[in-house]
Amino acid sequence: MPEDSKSVRQINFHVTRYNPENDRAPYVKTYTIPVREGMTVLDGLHYIKDNVDSTLAWRYSCRMGVCGSCGMLLNGQPTLACNTQILHIASTDLTVAPLPNFDIIRDLVPDLLTMFDKHRSLKPYIVRADEAEINDPAGEFYQSPEELEAYLQFTYCIKCGCCMAACPTLATDARYLGPMPLAAAERYNVDARDDGRRQRNQQTGSAHGAFRCHYAGECSRVCPKGVDPAKAIQLLKRKLVLDYLHLARRKKPCQKLHGPGQGKPLPNIPAGPAKTV
Amino acid sequence: MRETKYWTWHMAAGVVIGFLLGLHMLIMHVGGITHLFAPAGGEAISQANSLFRDGRLFFTATYILLLGVALYHGLYGLRTILFELTLKPAVEKAISFVLLVVGLGLFGLGTWAAITVRTIAIAGIRG
Repeated sequence: MPEDSKSVRQINFHVTRYNPENDRAPYVKTYTIPVREGMTVLDGLHYIKDNVDSTLAWRYSCRMGVCGSCGMLLNGQPTLACNTQILHIASTDLTVAPLPNFDIIRDLVPDLLTMFDKHRSLKPYIVRADEAEINDPAGEFYQSPEELEAYLQFTYCIKCGCCMAACPTLATDARYLGPMPLAAAERYNVDARDDGRRQRNQQTGSAHGAFRCHYAGECSRVCPKGVDPAKAIQLLKRKLVLDYLHLARRKKPCQKLHGPGQGKPLPNIPAGPAKTV
Repeated sequence: MRETKYWTWHMAAGVVIGFLLGLHMLIMHVGGITHLFAPAGGEAISQANSLFRDGRLFFTATYILLLGVALYHGLYGLRTILFELTLKPAVEKAISFVLLVVGLGLFGLGTWAAITVRTIAIAGIRG
């Protein structure tokens, strides 16, 4: 990093440190580092580890907002460290803490296991009666662009845990399923290929399921990928009530195409070249 | 799905409460304009108007209905708040049982009161 640059500023990183083997409780340690324009919080943490304190621990992988590993609490806001430029959120001081509503493994590393256990319990995959077709597919399932649009935004979730950290219900009710797993359940419930909604209803409609959501909307506000889990949960509630009242439309999951030419091609698409083999 | 059932009825009870509170406002608080169920004229809370309303089966039924839906709506809401404290399943069961007993007890007491008021009102109307 060019520290002689004119645009370099000194920023105080107030980082939460915790090593369960040595510390009785988390504490805050301050590191002052030179920051230039464009540096992300992840870059800052790397600077600290490389030049100031090599014992600092955090989780990261892709560095470009795709993997969801580096979720942490920056100035009180759950977000991705790789996706946040330091000078956009701090002029002199920056607090960096692990995501709340999770146990801490060490320093800035939250234990996301509870989130993934809840996620798994909601069968976040296509459930169909013809299971053999899922395991050994012999064709494609037909799905219209409108059917895709119904759940597309929920597929952008990267399981970073920011929504779970922002959720006020989860802060008091550790057994609440939480925004990420419930949004994943809605994503598969509305997928035209899926037939597992009634199975998922057992969990989503449980005492610590969708009905515990107060619709604070914090999950949607903090999502770094623009997903709207709060909306997903309200849609889930509506479908649960309609299912209970037997008012929900029953429809079979979409069928398989057994060969080319069975789907409806979009207009104005030129024909492909003739087969050469 | 049991929670779905409870929650659906919680929402339905809220709608009924809204309707009955609207009726209450119309009769008791804007009675000077609407003159609903006030055959004696004047204040809605005058003795003659009160005896008229309390002696009618419709009002006894709405008193009991309002009592039932308000108790259900309120106690389910309280149960929801308590359940958010990450309690042990046994404690949650105990809370549900206690709230059920309290709810049924208050409903029984209120129903008895509404029926008694109706009996007194009918006797009062007859003089």
